[in-house]
Amino acid sequence: MIQTSPAPEAVGLTRDEYEELTRRLGREPAALELRLFGVMWSEHCGYKHSRLTLRSLPAEGSRLLQGPGENAGVLDIGGGWAVAFKMESHNHPSAVDPYNGAATGVGGIIRDVLSMGARPIALLDSLRFGPLQDAAARRIATGVVAGIAGYGNCVGVPTVGGELVVDPRYAGNPLVNVACLGLLRADAVARAKASGEGNVVLYAGARTGRDGIGGAAFASAELDERSEHADRSAVQIGDPFTGKLLIEATLQALAAGGVVAIQDMGAGGLTCAASEMAARGGVGMRLDLDAIPLRESAMRAEEILLSESQERMLLVVRPEAAPRIAAIFHRWGLAAAAVGRVTSEQTLRVHRGGEEIAALPPYALADAPAYRPAAEEPAELRARWSVALPAPPAGDLSGILLRLLASPDIASKRAVFRQYDHSVQVRTVIGPGAGDAAVLRIPEAAPRGVALAIAGSGRVCALDPYRGARLAVAECTAALACAGAEPVGVTDCLNFGSPERPEIFWTFRRAVAGLADACRALRIPVVAGNVSFYNESPSGPIPPTPVVAMVGLIEDIGRTCGIAVRRAGEVVFLIEGAPPGLEGSAYLHVLHAAAAGRPADVDLPVHARVTAFVRTAVADGLLSSVHDCADGGVAVALAESALAGECGLDATLPGAGRRDAVLFGEGPSRFILTAPEDSAVRLAALAAAHGVRLAAVGRTGGSQVRLRVMERGEGAAGDGDVEPAPAHWDVDLSLEELAGAYNALSEVFA
Amino acid sequence: MRFGVVVFPGSNCDRDCVHVLRGVLGRDVDELWSGDPSVAGADALILPGGFAYGDYLRAGAVAATAPIMAAVREFAGAGGPVLGICNGFQVLLEAGLLPGAMLRNRSLQFRCQPVHLRVESMRTPFTAGLRPGQVLRMPVAHGEGKYYAPEDLAARLEARDQIVFRYCDASGRPADDANPNGSLRHIAGVCNAAGNVVGLMPHPERASEAILGSTDGRLLFESVIAVLAARRRAERVPV
Amino acid sequence: MTTVRIVITLKPGILDAAGQAVRQGLTSLGYRDVGDVRVGRYLEIAVPQDVPPEQIEAMCERFLANPLIEEWRVGDAP
Repeated sequence: MIQTSPAPEAVGLTRDEYEELTRRLGREPAALELRLFGVMWSEHCGYKHSRLTLRSLPAEGSRLLQGPGENAGVLDIGGGWAVAFKMESHNHPSAVDPYNGAATGVGGIIRDVLSMGARPIALLDSLRFGPLQDAAARRIATGVVAGIAGYGNCVGVPTVGGELVVDPRYAGNPLVNVACLGLLRADAVARAKASGEGNVVLYAGARTGRDGIGGAAFASAELDERSEHADRSAVQIGDPFTGKLLIEATLQALAAGGVVAIQDMGAGGLTCAASEMAARGGVGMRLDLDAIPLRESAMRAEEILLSESQERMLLVVRPEAAPRIAAIFHRWGLAAAAVGRVTSEQTLRVHRGGEEIAALPPYALADAPAYRPAAEEPAELRARWSVALPAPPAGDLSGILLRLLASPDIASKRAVFRQYDHSVQVRTVIGPGAGDAAVLRIPEAAPRGVALAIAGSGRVCALDPYRGARLAVAECTAALACAGAEPVGVTDCLNFGSPERPEIFWTFRRAVAGLADACRALRIPVVAGNVSFYNESPSGPIPPTPVVAMVGLIEDIGRTCGIAVRRAGEVVFLIEGAPPGLEGSAYLHVLHAAAAGRPADVDLPVHARVTAFVRTAVADGLLSSVHDCADGGVAVALAESALAGECGLDATLPGAGRRDAVLFGEGPSRFILTAPEDSAVRLAALAAAHGVRLAAVGRTGGSQVRLRVMERGEGAAGDGDVEPAPAHWDVDLSLEELAGAYNALSEVFA
Repeated sequence: MRFGVVVFPGSNCDRDCVHVLRGVLGRDVDELWSGDPSVAGADALILPGGFAYGDYLRAGAVAATAPIMAAVREFAGAGGPVLGICNGFQVLLEAGLLPGAMLRNRSLQFRCQPVHLRVESMRTPFTAGLRPGQVLRMPVAHGEGKYYAPEDLAARLEARDQIVFRYCDASGRPADDANPNGSLRHIAGVCNAAGNVVGLMPHPERASEAILGSTDGRLLFESVIAVLAARRRAERVPV
Repeated sequence: MTTVRIVITLKPGILDAAGQAVRQGLTSLGYRDVGDVRVGRYLEIAVPQDVPPEQIEAMCERFLANPLIEEWRVGDAP
């Protein structure tokens, strides 16, 4: 059958891209080859618009064993052990099929970490949806949560933390970003760099079907040729049981010796894995499609090559080891077959039925053209900075606190995370809801532990993408400090609208610059990451939403700390490394549906000092609880700590100016701590040594949360005795009332 | 004294059980692959949690047909101690080694949360070392934990001291809001008529070390160790 | 070979929580006249033409269904 080549546009390529690929080939591509380029050079696989900008991210550090360029980053944690870390997005599939989109997102990131030879030990998710009163948004939200639970629980990897944000600008464009941490021996890092002429290319895992065919790269102009394949599906379906078998089989196979390289088959399927592995190694491959284990009959060559069937790995194995390795996969009930050989010529050759049907240089496929898109500051950006803040409310600050606690971004996510198994693998020391960061023990490298944090800031980034990205990094380091952890590595998901719009690309560049500057200043390498462009719907693009996930090292797992007030009669302390502000705050968003004002930039040297103090205080065992002040400011943080510990507290907050700003204003480098009376002296000394101002602001006890803003002329904060003046509290709420508001999401996710 | 932890394709909590038995309690443990027909000289068997065979068809249904189950049946028939945890409990139910059946949680959702259990029966090897009415705290993590038995069977189980654990509040009172899945009569665990086979939905292996929040789960393992040690002393076998 | 169709549902008397949830969903969508909903499992099994019905019954009883909580009905594919 003669295949006429489709027009480049039909496979998603521009005229210029077509010229470039013919130049690289030295000839016109065959129809099949053109289709392979269409997928490999899609934005999703090729990172055309982002690659050059991403080069500015720092990727150095003494613990870095593997930076960007492999399937996940790897960091040494000491004791002979290392962690693999990566985050991926699965936004568009989750809009189409929330359950399977989210489930396959979990499956995919697990396999990326597995490709480094690591056992996946934890998951984090960052989710963004439209307002949950809307039935469509609620359907997406509950479907996504169910999908993450359905896959993660069955595959046996605990979901230990995450964030959930609601904003009208994500309606129709949900964001589902999932991060995975894996554990491996530092001397056993696996890589995806093919080498060794004559080595066997081994396929392992589930059989190949038509999952994912009909995705972005295929345009509707191809209807004639495709119409006979009625069973094509655009959404991949994952099977977590097979995913679990794949984890065990792969780890056993890697331990058996003889595996030279390994990569999972994700986006772009077999073609992507083969071409990337070959390109990295500067070698070629010969693939025989007749040997590929198939699930469907009558599959066309391009379907086999581009299928995104889940739970599949591609390995390069020494010939004498290949039968033994295949047998390991078979024992676990998985398909495994030799499907090709590594060659020394730099060509990927594909054969079927004894015929060569494609011959392409691996680098040509794997190395899509990189662009320098136009960037232009959005016209209305600065205008939003100077919007006047609404007048302070007349009274009822208690009512405002309740409204903030009930708002979806702040409200308890218990109804979500109780659907996730967060304690399988018996590592979870601090799980969801109990701390700003998740804390896992690593008995293999005892007494060490790791902490995980995740933060994004679409609301703030819409106002200032540079500062917003820096604030996300700062929030992660703050969370890790609360766990007593030193940051060691970052992974990111950069979620944006179309990069072909100069205003959007400008926000992308600024966000990456903010991420890069903050990580460089704090000396934390960005070990791996992901870009998701084209998050747009008829109502417009999403706000610029860089999401940051960070892993930190705890030297002694016995010294960590959560957010819950532990007992009555202890002192409440406040650290204000930056003054509170209402610009871009949850307060404005919830009460006034406004996103306005220019958020303050994080002062990184100050932030570093403050987080170092918090981390040391935790490591020295001085604290009963610690909580960073994020959305909703000090008042929300105090309420959350009280609720978590089922213990009330009184606090008098220092600050001049608007009461609502003091209570609910936001800013980086701000923490509330509780500690026994007899730690106070040591804490004060430690704070002084770090150049940090620590204010004793109240006491724990009772069953109310009572807060007031200090009047002018009152004693300075830090007075040993902060007995409140009788009569008026600005906020006076029972734990019951607070809990009632805080549980606002329990109905939505029931 | 050797423990055997059965590993099915899809078991997740086998490594956790091995960690507690070997790492925390210092016991000899063998991982028993479900495709093998033997339990290899184990003195006690643990069927761990997870999603054996993906829980396809019904939770535990396919696993109950695995080759090792004949040996498990024989071991149980001879009075050997068998503990089924979560998915393991489901396998024992499907295999007919325990009475009753499991349904989806009342909430129709997976639930991972701490629960309190009240010890109802001390006549099993896993509860012989506990006190009547003792309240234990440990996590549950399951989507199909709603234990069910028809009325006449349920009444018989009560009468014959086959209810081993019940969900309760912190003070030991069984209550609806203390029951994470809606199980009949707040049942969290049962035993067979002879009392040597026990199944429970909560995870004692996740509550065996203080750093993880509770050590109450360890009591079940320590109990069977003590029972086995006493038997071996009686038989003059080295403990 | 012929295809046997088997439908497995919870026994009456056992709370069908999934069925209730589905009914609630239909009602919220405006289908208020909907009565009881039961949710079950549907299997298609390819077997040789001459397989006796007793064998299918045995398969159901031993494995495909849990007789304590489920009932089943067997039919041929059209």
